[in-house]
Amino acid sequence: MLPADLKPEQFSGYPPEARKLALDYLAVFQRLPLSFLPNLLREVIDYDYRFPAERKTLEKELETLRSLSAPELKEWFREFAGIQLSAKLERFDWINSPSQFVEQLSSHLWTTHQLDAFRKAATEYADRLHVAVQPDPPVLPRLGIAVIGQGVDTHEEPLFRKLRPQGAYFTGIQPDNGLQHLLDVVASRAKSAPLPYAHWYIDGGQALSHAQAITCVSYKNLEPARAALLTRIQAETTKAGAGPEALRTVMAQMRPADLGFDESGDRVLDHFQVKLLTEGSGTQIFSTSFAQWAAREALRRAQPLTLVVRFAPRQRQKPMNELLSPSHEPAELDPMGSLVDADMGAYYNWINQQRLPGSEKSLFLAWFENHKEAVAISPSMPRGTVSTSAATLPELLSWMA
Amino acid sequence: MNHARQIAQQLAFTRREFLRNATGVALGSALLRPGAFAHAATPSSKRKVVVITFGGGARDQETFAPEGQENIPHLMRELIPQSAFFAQVVNRGILGHYVATASLATGVYETINNFASLPPESPTVFEYFRKDFRRPASDAWVVAPSNGFNRIGESSHRGFGPGSGARVILPKYLLSAATSGSADYGHLLRDSYETPLSAPELGGSTFELEQMERILKLSVADFRSHARTLSSPDELSVYIVRQLMRQLAPSLLWVTMHDIDIAHAGAYSLYIEGIRRTDRLCAELWKAIQSEPEYAGKTNLFILPDFGRDSDDDPGGNGFQHHRTGDALSRTTWMMALGPGVREGVVFDHRVETIDFVPTLGALMGFSPSFSPGKPIAELL
Repeated sequence: MLPADLKPEQFSGYPPEARKLALDYLAVFQRLPLSFLPNLLREVIDYDYRFPAERKTLEKELETLRSLSAPELKEWFREFAGIQLSAKLERFDWINSPSQFVEQLSSHLWTTHQLDAFRKAATEYADRLHVAVQPDPPVLPRLGIAVIGQGVDTHEEPLFRKLRPQGAYFTGIQPDNGLQHLLDVVASRAKSAPLPYAHWYIDGGQALSHAQAITCVSYKNLEPARAALLTRIQAETTKAGAGPEALRTVMAQMRPADLGFDESGDRVLDHFQVKLLTEGSGTQIFSTSFAQWAAREALRRAQPLTLVVRFAPRQRQKPMNELLSPSHEPAELDPMGSLVDADMGAYYNWINQQRLPGSEKSLFLAWFENHKEAVAISPSMPRGTVSTSAATLPELLSWMA
Repeated sequence: MNHARQIAQQLAFTRREFLRNATGVALGSALLRPGAFAHAATPSSKRKVVVITFGGGARDQETFAPEGQENIPHLMRELIPQSAFFAQVVNRGILGHYVATASLATGVYETINNFASLPPESPTVFEYFRKDFRRPASDAWVVAPSNGFNRIGESSHRGFGPGSGARVILPKYLLSAATSGSADYGHLLRDSYETPLSAPELGGSTFELEQMERILKLSVADFRSHARTLSSPDELSVYIVRQLMRQLAPSLLWVTMHDIDIAHAGAYSLYIEGIRRTDRLCAELWKAIQSEPEYAGKTNLFILPDFGRDSDDDPGGNGFQHHRTGDALSRTTWMMALGPGVREGVVFDHRVETIDFVPTLGALMGFSPSFSPGKPIAELL
């Protein structure tokens, strides 16, 4: 089936708000090429479980598409229209399973050597949209904080090598009560800009006590969900005919209740957490991968004003079949390896923060937990400089502002 | 010139400059014209070739860029000064490890399912080699990391196919059989990092334990015992390669490394460990080649990744973790050639493609890879 043949009743399987949105924009959908539309429906079908920032972005995109004249629409989607699809893809139930369609589309693009053409089409579309839809600047300059090295006393390799050129490197930080100071800063910002899902704390281990206004995700808290997921994966992989594609389909269809989430919980956050575990690679087994991916997805999707990510030691690398088996034995940890992982993760947090609106005013702090080393990046911090002066974390944050 | 091509050229340029600064190698295109190499006296029929895919994909910033060179001390200090280095090897095919390795081995951008147990559709280098030289099956071998690679030795192409290609050894599969999945060896037995949660069924003929005893003269007990001393699947592969070299001395030997692909799990430290280990193992194999009488002085070694990994700058990816975006960084790699007839310490930064590799081997060894659209690399002829 092609988009021009879409009918309202075909969206009956969508959640309530998504269905309403789809019907509002049905006429727009009918004008779009099949190589593009399922990517958009992937966002629409999850509308009920999206963060406010995502909803707003999607609504603006749909409104922009509706405003285009026929010649403009043709121009915008000329590259997409040139992508050749297979009859199998056209027959696929892309309305109800847009994510699975996109996965198959990706495979088709690789196989038919059309990936570069698709990348070009997608890039041009994003550029046009960026011009047409100006993003709202954040109400506060964004603040990202990465805390790395939990459990490490000494280390030999220099830290923050990728971040140092972007800001000032401090070697005299007074670490006392550092974590509490940082969480107090998040709480204070949450109080001054009380927007939903705008202030986050992600912990790769056990979360510390924090203000209620802060959205919190922790690896420890998701332990039951991770165990449930791994049990489910084991069951799926032993089924006859099981393969990577079938397993990905099963994981893509998982809902919070499948992993033991309480149905009375925050459904938006619960869906987010399920996706961290079912879509992330390594997030089920390594806490450092979990913390980095959770930060990336929180920044990309929720566009928080404040994000603190505290990395924790991951388990030592074990054989995958052992890692995938829930065990009551305490996992042996690898603090030094985790420090290296987290150092890179902090760099990725900064990169992902800089992709958001208002990046020219954004602030970023990376700190070696309970130690004297930190990097501060902000418009007021001279790049590539080093300071050996003694300073507390609150002082450092005040200099960054 | 399109953007991807510009980035690929820039990558090649920076690689060349890094290498010149770090090792003092010369820029080939300024010094040499195609065909300027005087080949060593080894006749084509006696020549041996060993290919190592620097597997799992590694990026410049963790290898040949200044900040990455600490991870590849053996390549930098020992191998590059002895090699001709091609700084811009572009893979325009599918960036999955099995299908990309199949493309390297056929000289055709294969489009088979990366995760299924399928043979390449075009004839492999092993089939060309054996057919044109009428060589026995014992003269072409592949040592590969996971079940999915079991079909890489021979194609489904009419006129070639079953029995006409290379024998394939999957050391992890053998170890798994030898230990009946014992936990002692579990850390070596992960099938694949691209799809760690499931492994494809083995297809085609499988090299089994009893053949290991008969062909490699390696008892199961010795195999198990040696495996206890190893830390990774690639170390196990190199151990098997050395057995092959001693017992059969095949003329065409292909080793696919894979430890680096642990990057898919998102742990940067494990990715770096994989690069350092692969660097060490490449040097060990080159030393083995020089110390084995059947190989010394008549063997060319080629080291090349199947592809790179995603850049930090592409918002569609997640940096080093995957190779999914198809960006220029993930498509642009390098190749090192060592051995008789190869001009040492020279860097070539013009563009070649991964599908040029098999035609180059064909021109060097004297067989005709007639179904490959690639072109022989003139500087190696």
